[in-house]
Amino acid sequence: MTSIYDANGKNVPCTVIEAGPCVVTQVKSKDSDGYDSLQLAFEDRKEKHTNKALKGHFNKVGITPKKVISEFTRFEPGQVRAFGDVLRVDIFVEGEYIDVVGISKGKGFQGVVKRHHFRGVGESTHGQHDRLRAPGSVGASSWPSRVFPGLRMAGRMGGQRVKVINLQIMKIILEKNLVLVKGAVPGANGSYVIIERWK
Amino acid sequence: MNPAETIKYIEDTLIEKKEYPAFKAGDTITVHYKIKEGNKERIQNFQGVVLQRSGKGVNETFTVRKISGNVGVERIFPFSSPFIEKIDINKKGVVRRARIFYLRNLRGKKARIREERL
Repeated sequence: MTSIYDANGKNVPCTVIEAGPCVVTQVKSKDSDGYDSLQLAFEDRKEKHTNKALKGHFNKVGITPKKVISEFTRFEPGQVRAFGDVLRVDIFVEGEYIDVVGISKGKGFQGVVKRHHFRGVGESTHGQHDRLRAPGSVGASSWPSRVFPGLRMAGRMGGQRVKVINLQIMKIILEKNLVLVKGAVPGANGSYVIIERWK
Repeated sequence: MNPAETIKYIEDTLIEKKEYPAFKAGDTITVHYKIKEGNKERIQNFQGVVLQRSGKGVNETFTVRKISGNVGVERIFPFSSPFIEKIDINKKGVVRRARIFYLRNLRGKKARIREERL
């Protein structure tokens, strides 16, 4: 993340996303595959790290092997992309709102206060000690004699697919295929995200 | 591009670099600051002692402290802010540290800073 100054001179926190060039490597249609979708590939991968199956897949389009392949099922009406088309950031407009999907940073095994926003015990006096961030009761006793499924407890946190909606595009840099999005997006620096748009 | 290069590229191209006279903690400066009121723009001066310079590159900021009506007022300005018209240096002070937060606890004669002899 970084920050830029907008037209009013306000300092806006921004995330820089390299969006493209993405190549259409496969077009699935209702007739051949049972559903409509586009397969996009992004970022070069070394040839020696690519297996034969993938090499053949990319050879069909006539491009170098790519790192990330992702399938997109929802399209904007009237926009037909053909096999081998290249998508760049010029499909976005400055000022419009997008959604960003990514894998959030892994937080490891976390307690209930961090993981589920429990408030903890609250006081360290009045007979309490060593249990400031404890979860409290997990249920009644002889009935039901078990803990209900889905009860919020400590455990692994983060590393999940997260979508952040309504992020504004502050700036588009065409020559470098960069998009500057207002605010934070899920994931560590340098990780991959999916940009969605609803119109 | 790797993430660090990308951020550097953005900061180099999108944020305007500004040149101001060099100052450090302990100096007394006047910041000429543009203020927008409706459609009108005017310039306000903020004069005080620099407490610290913080951060680096385009994210560098400085803190200015002044006493206004017996109340201490501190303001933090980013160096890259488009609202700063200019910065005047009124006095060069001699202090021993880079961040002079101890000044906050001093009042009156004790809060004086020795001036640099040229």
